[in-house]
Amino acid sequence: MTITEKILAAHCDRGQVRPGELIEAEIDVIMCNDVTTPPAISMLVERGMDRVFDPDRIVVTPDHFVPNKDIKSAQLAKRLRNWVNRHGIRNYYEVGTHGICHAILPEQGHVLPGTTVICGDSHTCTHGALGAFATGVGSTDLAAAIYSGRLWFKVPESIKFVINGNLQEGVYSKDIILQIIDRIGVDGALYKAMEFTGPTIENLSVEARMTITNMAVEAGAKSGIVPADDRTIEYVRARTDRDFQIFHSDQDAEYAQIVEIDVSDLEPIVAFPHLPSNGHPISEIEEIKIDQAYLGSCTNGRIEDLRVAARILKGRRVAPGVRMIVVPATTRVWRQALQEGLLEVFSEAGCAISTPTCGACLGGYMGILAEGERCISSTNRNFVGRMGHPESEVYLASPATVAASAIKGTITDPREFL
Amino acid sequence: MRGFAHVYRRTHINTDEIIPARYLNTDDEVQLARHVMEDIDPDFVKRVKPGNFIVAADDFGCGSSREHAIWALRGAGIKAVIANSFARIFFRNAINNGFLAIECRGIADKVSDGDELEIALRDGIINNLSRNEHYRFTPIPDFALKIMEAGGLLNHIKEGSKFSSG
Ligand code: SF4
Repeated sequence: MTITEKILAAHCDRGQVRPGELIEAEIDVIMCNDVTTPPAISMLVERGMDRVFDPDRIVVTPDHFVPNKDIKSAQLAKRLRNWVNRHGIRNYYEVGTHGICHAILPEQGHVLPGTTVICGDSHTCTHGALGAFATGVGSTDLAAAIYSGRLWFKVPESIKFVINGNLQEGVYSKDIILQIIDRIGVDGALYKAMEFTGPTIENLSVEARMTITNMAVEAGAKSGIVPADDRTIEYVRARTDRDFQIFHSDQDAEYAQIVEIDVSDLEPIVAFPHLPSNGHPISEIEEIKIDQAYLGSCTNGRIEDLRVAARILKGRRVAPGVRMIVVPATTRVWRQALQEGLLEVFSEAGCAISTPTCGACLGGYMGILAEGERCISSTNRNFVGRMGHPESEVYLASPATVAASAIKGTITDPREFL
Repeated sequence: MRGFAHVYRRTHINTDEIIPARYLNTDDEVQLARHVMEDIDPDFVKRVKPGNFIVAADDFGCGSSREHAIWALRGAGIKAVIANSFARIFFRNAINNGFLAIECRGIADKVSDGDELEIALRDGIINNLSRNEHYRFTPIPDFALKIMEAGGLLNHIKEGSKFSSG
């Protein structure tokens, strides 16, 4: 069996599962945010099912529209808060300790290898970076899991990615995943689990791995997973002393496909509008002027990302006519960036620095684009209208490429500054 | 079940296009319906009539997990989406809401805007009454039919039903 099949089998009291089988699995962690959870709560309340199967397996943080962007989002956050209080949910990260859900969950030690994690958000696949089965669901699924602690799944087939080669300086895990999606397409892994292996992945930090699993859904996948290793254990042990079990794919595990990629010659990649699969190597890009540079999100808003960008921006200025917005993904990242002097670097370079929020990543607020404007962004989606006006454009890239482009005012190879 | 089709031949229509994030600060179907498909087809809300179907190409509903996409479509009176294929979470959300999402390979090229279709659910056949054609679709799994009959996943769970012995 694959690692994914083993985790699912262990959560449905079966010795074995096979791709295509329908199972009902135990859910270890349910992550709740301010957009998809309030509707789930309403569904339960309307049906007289307002119950929480185990408050300690639920983790709640408002993130998409907080601090509240308008009255309607304030109402959503309030409905979430009332529910948390009503059921005595202790793992609640109120504004001031909050963060983007997929960044805060691993950061605070809620994700363990070998567990099952769901959230009413498509980028839940992020948590697979710790060797967990993690998948995004809708509000109804969320409600069902909150109520019963279980959820139906079709066991997915897996695609194994074997990544070899040393990354050149200025090339990051974001470039690897943009390259993979460019290669297999936005439905290249539809309904499947993407298993990321190989020496390159093993050499990445746990945070850098999260950038890769985060974007599994951009290839249509149900989940993305990196088998847990010593780095994972170290990461998790620094955050919690709870027990966990580590699973590995068998030697003879069956895969729908095995894709080998050598990244030795990989360049920084930029995904052009309006699909994450429109990747272009940076050396082949002609001059593209930008209006905004956005550093943040559950893809690339962690401390390592901020460090990379700050290194490039240190002692330099954002180009005239460009707005650079920095959004640390969580409160802890924000504070650490402060302590390390990164916020000062950003501020001196002329960036605006925000409190943690999903903000402009999904076109919520804090950096919405006007008609015809262009943004280079460390986020994960560049669909039509994703960050604002339907006639605006989003180019996806690594934090380094975002920072370098902000300095030049055009999409720029970060290696010029390293 | 009969209805007229609105056909979208473009692939990868995503949930941001079905219901843009700027309207996600509510979960009210009526309010959501006012903006359904706005970023891909601003006039859609004026043309759509209760009981209509949407016919689409590959990977319909990709992107965000927002169930609001289903609610916006249902709020606008759409009775079913028939597509070459669906994105995973959209398809899942449809089943869980008891909303018909039918996978029918190649349908987007066979049906024209305004065609009248009839869905024979149990037979797995779509009849195109305007063209006198018939298309076979991927049968809806038994458990999904049960969820639909219960009126959605939560009602199904409330009734104490299980999907499998696992
Ligand atoms: S940061 Fe962006 S992609 Fe991540 S959860 Fe928030 S809106 Fe979604």
